[in-house]
Amino acid sequence: MLSRVANSIYWMSRYLERADNVARFINVNLHLMLDLSVESASQWMPLVVTTGGESLFRERYAGAGSVQQAATQENVLQFLIFDQDNPNSISSCVRAARENVRSVRQSISSEMWETANKMHLTVRSGASHDGLREAPYDFLEEIKNASHLFIGLTESTMTNNEAWHWARLGRLLERADQTSRIVDVKYYFVLPTIEYVGMPYDNLHWAALLKSATAFEMYRKKYRRIAPQWVTEFLLLDREFPRSVRYCLTKAEHSLHAITGSPVGTFNNPAEQRLGRLRSDLDFARIDEIIDFGLHEYLDNVQSRLIDVGNAIFGSFVAAEPAGPSHQTQTQTQTQTQTTRPAPAEARAPGASSP
Amino acid sequence: MNFNGYDIEGFYDEMFVHAKPSDSALTTPAHPTPRPGARLLVERIEALLDGDLGRRQQAAEIALYNMGITFNVYGSEDAEEKIFPFDIIPRIIEAREWAPIERGLAQRIQALNLFLDDVYHDQNIVRDGVLPGDIINACPAFRPECVGIDPPLGIWCHITGTDLVRDADGAFYVLEDNLRCPSGVSYVIENRQILKRTFPHVFRASSVRPVDDYCIHLLESLQRLAPHTEAPNVVVLTPGPYNSAYFEHAFLAQQMGIELVEGGDLFTQDGYVYMRTTNGPQRVDVIYRRIDDDFIDPLAFRPDSALGVPGLMDAFRKNRVALANAPGTGVADDKAIYAYVPDIIRYYLDEDAILPNVPTYLCRREDELAHVLAHLHELVVKPVSESGGYGIMVGPHASRREREECAAKIKANPANYIAQPTLSLSRAPVIVGDRFEGRHVDLRPFILHGSEPYILPGGLTRVALKKGSLVVNSSQGGGSKDTWVLDTEPDADVSFVDASILPPVEHH
Repeated sequence: MLSRVANSIYWMSRYLERADNVARFINVNLHLMLDLSVESASQWMPLVVTTGGESLFRERYAGAGSVQQAATQENVLQFLIFDQDNPNSISSCVRAARENVRSVRQSISSEMWETANKMHLTVRSGASHDGLREAPYDFLEEIKNASHLFIGLTESTMTNNEAWHWARLGRLLERADQTSRIVDVKYYFVLPTIEYVGMPYDNLHWAALLKSATAFEMYRKKYRRIAPQWVTEFLLLDREFPRSVRYCLTKAEHSLHAITGSPVGTFNNPAEQRLGRLRSDLDFARIDEIIDFGLHEYLDNVQSRLIDVGNAIFGSFVAAEPAGPSHQTQTQTQTQTQTTRPAPAEARAPGASSP
Repeated sequence: MNFNGYDIEGFYDEMFVHAKPSDSALTTPAHPTPRPGARLLVERIEALLDGDLGRRQQAAEIALYNMGITFNVYGSEDAEEKIFPFDIIPRIIEAREWAPIERGLAQRIQALNLFLDDVYHDQNIVRDGVLPGDIINACPAFRPECVGIDPPLGIWCHITGTDLVRDADGAFYVLEDNLRCPSGVSYVIENRQILKRTFPHVFRASSVRPVDDYCIHLLESLQRLAPHTEAPNVVVLTPGPYNSAYFEHAFLAQQMGIELVEGGDLFTQDGYVYMRTTNGPQRVDVIYRRIDDDFIDPLAFRPDSALGVPGLMDAFRKNRVALANAPGTGVADDKAIYAYVPDIIRYYLDEDAILPNVPTYLCRREDELAHVLAHLHELVVKPVSESGGYGIMVGPHASRREREECAAKIKANPANYIAQPTLSLSRAPVIVGDRFEGRHVDLRPFILHGSEPYILPGGLTRVALKKGSLVVNSSQGGGSKDTWVLDTEPDADVSFVDASILPPVEHH
């Protein structure tokens, strides 16, 4: 299929999945705030950091003042939900998703187009609604449901052809990335004092992480007791849970190989090679080794390798061309905006609080 | 709802006949007399329960919205999509009226294609003194880059949309030829889908000629342009989602089952055109391009174009890719050359034009310029180089100041203007609230020119929705109607509605 169309379908899925995950982050944090009696501003900053927007947030909301002080619930919600200048806000993601859907209307079902279109209208009308920043629960629920509806329509109205595999590939890579960020959030949460570690508040945090990945109930069925090591294992390495990083990468790899036609376990291009290696690393990883290595460092590594996979996909399928006039600038700029996210290490280095 | 009191106000009405002079003596507001082809429809509409017609209109609009049948308006602040307004009362053209239109359109496109081939080769028409050569040279749509090119099958213009209007006398005139990238055919097809649902019984009883096979004909005529290939790769080239006709581009590609490409999807190498796929480059044989000449190839035309494909003209010149329409066809729909089309038909086909032109004054001619300036209040003035209804001055509707401004522009650059008498465009009833009102309409039939011309029966009927307005363009507040071309002459005895529930209908 056309490279541009493949690229748009891939990004359509990624952006919707990202919007969905930002909605989850916020929702869980809102609930957590109600349970914790700690200074609330300090608990909103981790969301900004995990979505990779720290420097932008600092620039737009803190000015010369302290970022921690600027990170009020109101500011962070504005930044993560409606701020059009934040490329990872729900508003920006839904808009970008819809623009991608619009340019591939002939390759997907009209029900999918209508869903993306309605989602865009929901966000647009929400932006002018003042009460929403106080209690955005219904709004966030609507975003999550629209995203589920879109995925359901993709499953039930699209032929499982190359376009479908591109949609799935984009969705699963984004989800793997987002789940790794959810686990990483814990790294930044500030507990009032060191004595709180391992205390009920700590457990609340871990339960909140599970909830933001809709993993709480499934986790309980398997492990019953909340323990940091097991939660991490479940979200990173579980073979069967559909939001675990390993599960996402396994299925993403299937779709990538369905697109190229080469068998899983082999590779013919850098995308297959990098994704295959990352997936097999997770296949044979042990959680105690990961924790010994350092969870945050390990997740950082996973995230930057996921970015490499994304770049390799772009290089192998979209930008690839024989000698001749160069690719249209418009496409290139657009794609650059899409692929570029602040590298996690860079976004976190200054001012990151220690666990 | 019924048509009691519907007033045709002296215009030619598409649905009702003029009241006879003797009728005007009647004291009650008479029910207008439907034309034979519209009788079934009028009966059916009047037999509907109160509010039913409004509900059907609403259902049609929702269907259009859901199908995403929208267009973008240039220059509007938030360039979002809008629905193209649609009126569910169809416009009916009877078989005997349609036959000469069909012949006239076929004749016209054949002559214009011969003209294009001549313009880009020997220009015999200029040498024989039929057309002044400087008109061609002054025409911005004339492309010196096309001189000497032999397009496949010798055809330059494959897809045409010709704008027809009906004057007070009921005769059809050609208002404008569109030989570049005429749009609107997707609305014809979608409008029909909706109308079949809206008036299924009348539709069946009226034997309306189908329009659904347009895309099959279109694909066939495009494929025919690559005779050397068994299974040619045909694509639709669009400027992208922000173009006002993007919906149509996506629709046509989807209906033909071919790829919708943007300039960046294509590239040329060794004189051939390829598209970038996830599986590597794939050769392209035929391009149905919906990008204007100026933008298709930055190497040949506007160097700042980011929409086109560098090297495309070169590939076209070498016959390694077919373009529909070929570049340079705009010279044949230039508003100054328009005035010569009857002569062009006579010159190439040795026939008289079947469809007449609207009388046209060329301001480039001194005597005609004087006439135009003296009669601005009764003329329509059009800039030669604009399309889409932009820049038009309708004399009788313009203020004194607008006319003076127009006169100044004409004097500054006479060759850029033509003028035509203000036609009394025909009208058709549209639903306005809970009643019917007459609105001016035109008709854009679509013509495919393959081995022989195919004329889509009907076309896009555009309606000037603003009361009294003569401008039907979608960019200027126009809407559309479905157009029914009847296959047979209406049978006076057929009626499927129980006559007893109908209000009295006058027969004469």
